[in-house]
Amino acid sequence: MIIDPVTLIVALVTVSTPVLLAAIGELVVEKSGVLNLGVEGMMIMGAVCGFIAAHETGSPTLAFLAGMAGGAALSLIFAVLTQFLMANQVASGLALTLFGLGLAALLGVAYPGQPVPDVAKPFPEAIREIEVIGPILFSHDLVTYLAVALVAAVWLVLTRTRTGLIIRAVGESHDAAHALGYKVVRIRILAILFGGACAGLGGAFLSVVRVENWIEGMTAGAGWIALALVVFASWKPGRVLLGAWLFGGIAALQLRLQAAEIGVPVALLDASPYLVTIIVLVLMSSDRTRAALNAPAALGRVFHASS
Amino acid sequence: MTALLEIEGLTKAYPGVVANDDVSFAIQPGEVHALLGENGAGKSTLVKMIYGLVRPDRGTMHLRGAPYTPAEPRAARAAGVAMVFQHFSLFEALSVAENVALGMEDPPKPRDLAARIRAVSETYGLPLDPDRMVGDLSAGERQRVEIIRCLLQDPKLLIMDEPTSVLTPQEVEILFHTLRKLSAEGTAILYISHKLEEIRTLCDAATILRLGKKVGECTPREVTAAYMAELMVGKSLSQPARDAHEPGEVLLHVAGLSVTPASPFGTPLREVALEVRAGEVLGIGGVAGNGQDELLSALSGETLVAPGTITLKGEPVGALGPNARRALGLLCAPEERLGHAAAPDMSLTENAVLTARIRKGLDRSGFVDWGKARGFAEEIIARFDVRTPGPGVAARALSGGNLQKYVIGREILQAPTVLVVNQPTWGVDASAAAAIRQALLDLAQGGAAVIVISQDLDELLEISDRFCALNEGRLSAPRPARGLSMEEIGLMLGGAHDMHDMAGGAVA
Repeated sequence: MIIDPVTLIVALVTVSTPVLLAAIGELVVEKSGVLNLGVEGMMIMGAVCGFIAAHETGSPTLAFLAGMAGGAALSLIFAVLTQFLMANQVASGLALTLFGLGLAALLGVAYPGQPVPDVAKPFPEAIREIEVIGPILFSHDLVTYLAVALVAAVWLVLTRTRTGLIIRAVGESHDAAHALGYKVVRIRILAILFGGACAGLGGAFLSVVRVENWIEGMTAGAGWIALALVVFASWKPGRVLLGAWLFGGIAALQLRLQAAEIGVPVALLDASPYLVTIIVLVLMSSDRTRAALNAPAALGRVFHASS
Repeated sequence: MTALLEIEGLTKAYPGVVANDDVSFAIQPGEVHALLGENGAGKSTLVKMIYGLVRPDRGTMHLRGAPYTPAEPRAARAAGVAMVFQHFSLFEALSVAENVALGMEDPPKPRDLAARIRAVSETYGLPLDPDRMVGDLSAGERQRVEIIRCLLQDPKLLIMDEPTSVLTPQEVEILFHTLRKLSAEGTAILYISHKLEEIRTLCDAATILRLGKKVGECTPREVTAAYMAELMVGKSLSQPARDAHEPGEVLLHVAGLSVTPASPFGTPLREVALEVRAGEVLGIGGVAGNGQDELLSALSGETLVAPGTITLKGEPVGALGPNARRALGLLCAPEERLGHAAAPDMSLTENAVLTARIRKGLDRSGFVDWGKARGFAEEIIARFDVRTPGPGVAARALSGGNLQKYVIGREILQAPTVLVVNQPTWGVDASAAAAIRQALLDLAQGGAAVIVISQDLDELLEISDRFCALNEGRLSAPRPARGLSMEEIGLMLGGAHDMHDMAGGAVA
């Protein structure tokens, strides 16, 4: 047996981090009633901005901040289009993805193969080398821990705080929220920017930490998986985490299966993370009425203040 | 004594229409003040200005002698002005406590809030469980959520916009007890309605608006309803009339109709049975959310059922879709005008084609005959007095009453065998409503069977031959409408949904 479960779990967590970050950001955006299909575009912008900053400044911190800024800047375009100009959210989101992919390719044209600094791990080597639990629990990057903490924080904010209640209220009925005097447009723009920053951070993690290189189109559909995760996880942060780990686990596993040269077509193995994640989440959310209860009722609807 | 709220010369104009023109009146502390007027008279705009949702172009407001210019609802609430909306400003997927918290400036901790909700609901006889999800509540209970949300802020002025339109008669009684108790404690109430009898029993003073202008004020107890109606409409209204007649053969027969709703907050239909005869109007009363939408979609063919459960002239139609049923003569006009009865952004001509294509032959081998379609749309506009520049206008551009006349007229002019209408006069002003009722009666007179689903009990008593009540998806046995009293109807509608009235006598 050449597949070591410990390294598999370590790889799983690393592979799932970008998707997890993008998905938890999109969850907040959708809970506020906005459907932003531009996650893929915001991720790749984060990837290229993060990589450029890492190469030029040599600072991982600045690289991650640049990734967040890149994703947020792209999402700002979406926010202006949909919240001020009342553009259709589906069309604007798709355009955002195409625009982001193109702009990232243009910005990153001189960067493939350029060196980036190593990112220091938060825990000292002695802890990381403890048998089994060392690699699994303590060998990751700071951003990975941050991503998991962010899931918990989003859950806490959405279910336990007044801010979360207002976000959910705006996503449930923007007309009612407006009648009560809440600033629907402002709340949604902030949510969109948060989603953009999360997707950008995920992209920067992908290029600076995981791949340590810039490759055109390197997100390879991770943004779309993040979108699917949010819906099939019935807008529940905990399920988003499970879905992201499942996706990362199958992705890490199939690479090892390919290396082991088992008798399954490579194309099928390549597709397996996407297929398995979607099938499992569809089964989990198959109880339609309960899923519908948690879905933001105003999702994707244009808000136009009548007065 | 200084007035609680004094309004002087308030004016607000929108492009093309002056919603309020130089309106002045005053509300005393503890007074129940009625604001009367037809749809479009400017009542909503006026209260939106008081509540800070709309800013006036001209005019001043004084609250307890001090200048009052709320920039947003938050400021109004802080000054002691609270409002219960006509279209409830509630969030279905959130709990009662969460909904209440959203309407407060500085809500206490969830546990304290739940205790306060319970305390206030008991004091005012409005029982409510803070943990229930609003989507599962009846219309009357939802209104209680809104009222309690307001009461928790200790308002000096409570604005109520058409509060009784969705309540059973018993629930109305309980609401009035609550309002009287509040007024006795010194809270003033601005009560918006066009139900004149209610205003006569409840209100101390009334201001009447017509076309944005104040046309009069009166003490409702001292004048007749007819006097107020005349001020409101500007002319006297005629009652719908028709000759007595014998009902003919059974045209539509429904038996054992059970439907599971499509949405999580829908109501399942349970073993609904009914029949309507030629020349008869069957009225189905009930508070919204008791299965009306589900019943209409089962009858229209949007929800398919077993073939034999619905028969039209003896022919099973349960498994046929809307177009097949239209071809056989079963037509429907749903409640939601924009988005269900009509496509908002399509022209009136296009909307005519959508339902009348088959019966009026508006297409030939797949191509729409636009000339004929326009002719049909113009016929509806002429026959039903739809006020619009022409058939090329988008449905969205029509006022509620005009569009309602159009969508009802569109079905009536197709000469249906059976016509089902849901809320035919909801949000329609009094003269348009009278015209629609007369058209439905004329249709029945001509030998068609008509089913009217409505929340307006006065309307049902006025036009139906037989009356049944829809309560939690069950349809009661029909009773002759003539001679039925409001109390009997209230009991048929399920009473007050297990409420206990603490101020007056107990209600079932």
